[in-house]
Amino acid sequence: MCTMIVEKVKIDGCGKGASGWFNLEQANVSYDHPFNAPMEHALNIDFVNASQGPSARVAVELSESAARELVKTILAVLDQAEAGGHLENKISAGI
Amino acid sequence: MQYTTDMNEGVHAETVTMLGANGDRINAFLAHPLGEGKFPAMVLAHHMPGWDLLYREFAYKFAHRGYVTISPNMYFRAGHGTPEDVAAKVRAEGGVSDASAVGDLAGAANYLNTLPYVNGRIGIFGTCSGGRHAFLAACRTTNFNAAIDCWGGRVVMTPDQLNEKTPVSPLDLTKDLSCPLLGIFGNDDTSPTPEQVNQHEAELKKLNKTYEFHRYDGAGHGFFYYNRPAYRQAQAMDGWEKVFAFCEKYLPGG
Repeated sequence: MCTMIVEKVKIDGCGKGASGWFNLEQANVSYDHPFNAPMEHALNIDFVNASQGPSARVAVELSESAARELVKTILAVLDQAEAGGHLENKISAGI
Repeated sequence: MQYTTDMNEGVHAETVTMLGANGDRINAFLAHPLGEGKFPAMVLAHHMPGWDLLYREFAYKFAHRGYVTISPNMYFRAGHGTPEDVAAKVRAEGGVSDASAVGDLAGAANYLNTLPYVNGRIGIFGTCSGGRHAFLAACRTTNFNAAIDCWGGRVVMTPDQLNEKTPVSPLDLTKDLSCPLLGIFGNDDTSPTPEQVNQHEAELKKLNKTYEFHRYDGAGHGFFYYNRPAYRQAQAMDGWEKVFAFCEKYLPGG
């Protein structure tokens, strides 16, 4: 590990990994070496379910600017959804 | 030894099980040259992206040069999956602890010493976090006759960076360095920065340690990695020459 900059957050939702869909329980956000993106460091997000082993992972590796734009876009979409009265609090159980 | 086309040569490589930190059984990749006699040996400390294909290739590379080479899976305890998935899990956990890494690397040296074809001279090589771990192992143990740190970041740590897993700045352990050290660094690297490399070199010099540092312009972090944009052909080729010259000097018989 070279920067060791990492934060973890509990989440709920679903992700599609190499073996299909699975329930997500955590997102690991780091700024460190990516595995594939052609950058020395990237904003990496791993959506995982630790109870299903290391392979239960959906990964993205973003440039700093892409990550910042993504955050703004997510918030903008949520604001629109809230304004339209569409927000739901929890994902349905059992997915 | 210079390769010529009339040589018979061979390398045997396989996954083995060894005892790592705390006596844990972990897996490792072992590659050894075929042929009569005894050989010097190398322990490879894999990098942050994990116990991956690149480190198998490095093992073959050292074995081809005449070194019995072992690369322990320092992420074994995180479970199994693709090297990337396992490394991502370790990344989220803040990396492996220094004690765990050093224990695994010392265990790898102990394993090598049980092999009848090892001549007792053992080096350690690592890149990225593995470079840092190689230096740590050379300070924390007396298992090694030569250590090679390629761009290991966080050798120089500030107090706010210390935690339960990395309780001591490796720089402060320089006094305990038990073998000659080779350092390979890119001047465009941000971890370690050229200033941190200078700081480490000043400590080595002050303590009268045997070392050689090589710094490369036009190269950053990971410039040996041919599969990454960081690769720098000329600097990498020269760096590998420095690595093997250092090995021939301090690990004779390869």
